[in-house]
Amino acid sequence: MARPLTTAQRINGMLRRVPAWSLYVLGAIWAGFLFWQALTGRLGVEPINALEREYGDTALKLLVAGLAVTPLMKYTRVSLLKFRRAIGLLCFFFVLAHFSVWALLDVQSFGRVWADILKRPYVTVGMIAFLGLIPLALTSNNWSVRRLGRNWRRLHQLVYGIAILGAVHYIWLAKGFQIEPLVYLGLILGLLATRIRWKSLLQQRRAAA
Amino acid sequence: MAYRWTNNLTRADATPRGLFLNRRQIMAGAGALGLGGLARPVGAQEALEPNSFEEITTYNNYYEFGTGKADPAKNAEALDTTDWQVTVDGLVDNPGTYPLAELIGGLAVEDRIYRLRCVEAWSMVVPWQGIELKDILDRAGVQSNARYVAFETAVQPENMPGVRRGVLDFPYVEGLRLDEAMHPLTIMATGLYDEPMPKQNGAPIRLVVPWKYGFKSIKSIVRISLVEEEPVTTWNSLAPSEYGFYANVNPTVDHPRWSQATERRIGGGLFSSRQDTLMYNGYDEVASLYEGMDLKAQF
Repeated sequence: MARPLTTAQRINGMLRRVPAWSLYVLGAIWAGFLFWQALTGRLGVEPINALEREYGDTALKLLVAGLAVTPLMKYTRVSLLKFRRAIGLLCFFFVLAHFSVWALLDVQSFGRVWADILKRPYVTVGMIAFLGLIPLALTSNNWSVRRLGRNWRRLHQLVYGIAILGAVHYIWLAKGFQIEPLVYLGLILGLLATRIRWKSLLQQRRAAA
Repeated sequence: MAYRWTNNLTRADATPRGLFLNRRQIMAGAGALGLGGLARPVGAQEALEPNSFEEITTYNNYYEFGTGKADPAKNAEALDTTDWQVTVDGLVDNPGTYPLAELIGGLAVEDRIYRLRCVEAWSMVVPWQGIELKDILDRAGVQSNARYVAFETAVQPENMPGVRRGVLDFPYVEGLRLDEAMHPLTIMATGLYDEPMPKQNGAPIRLVVPWKYGFKSIKSIVRISLVEEEPVTTWNSLAPSEYGFYANVNPTVDHPRWSQATERRIGGGLFSSRQDTLMYNGYDEVASLYEGMDLKAQF
């Protein structure tokens, strides 16, 4: 006799019917909706900075979501694995949109963009994170996964460092004591901590002692 | 301060652009008739078109009510301005805690259309109504050993979510050198667009120092102290390398985290272009206050 399905199994069953490409559609709609809001004054009287922040904020949320996939599977057995590529690529596209609004609409000149990247540490950090995402985005396809083999995994572990840089970028640009940027850093560090194999670390310590 | 700054702009300058241009043509005509004295624009005040009431009241920095630009408009309604009192103390002949009406009653309220340049590299033009700070200080009787003026914003934790969250070390405090405070451009504003000061803009009374970054123009003032030493100021004590005591608008001294060379005028929409930031925000008449100072070191 078959055992009754667990909640996780039921959720996974439902998720199987949702195609991964639906996330790209949602992402495009969200990006377009934000742009429309900015264009029509619905993001306030200073839409450039507001749009820049909305895109950056969405990218950070997607980073957190992408990092949450593995721990979610580990602790609840709910699998979002098939959505992870879409989450990661969408994150890259929102960072690209964030960068584009900053460079084209906000700073408005190549010279000033370059000067800011060199002179302003929070921009430097953000830029490094953006550049780091490019190879990950370029290799987010089945061909690259096959081609790179074990190195693909290693390459994509870059995202751990990128996520921390993203959170630092946000903390660095905040004025005064603000909770939200710290919450992002906390979430990211927490999700990274779930990947550390504490038991084997402890055993190694003991063996060394 | 040997002269009294003459203000030739009124509320009428906040009229729509068409009317505004029309009036300037009339002035130009007057100039052609040999009335050149009437038509000459007065330095920094030329052709300032104020931002809309909506822009001025929905895009604010007032951290007591939250760090988002829209937060003050959302939350500042809770500010309690009933029976507002201002304490005047320190090196003055007439110290005391005065009801607002007593502090400013009988003093001349003037229209002042000023540029406002935020340290975050955006700007607005605001049609204020206010009283020259000098008039208030004269009434208080400044003693000869006073060299600075310190200001303090109200703290109402129950009404101010930003205070409860501890975004900054409240109360918010600011200060000016006495000669800056006595300069005729420096006003204590009580209204804008002929409306009583909106709460998000610093009701019921706030400082406006148009040649300095906006954070110097402290809001909702409850204390004015005349002191001998340079007073502690909020942003300067939080990040001295980023926010100087003087904080004069200066396109050649960058904020460590962004350039101050250009600014964006609020209200231009998603594709608005940047414009050059002017030394002293265009108020060159204050340059003499800083003669001989190294503005890169004392920024």
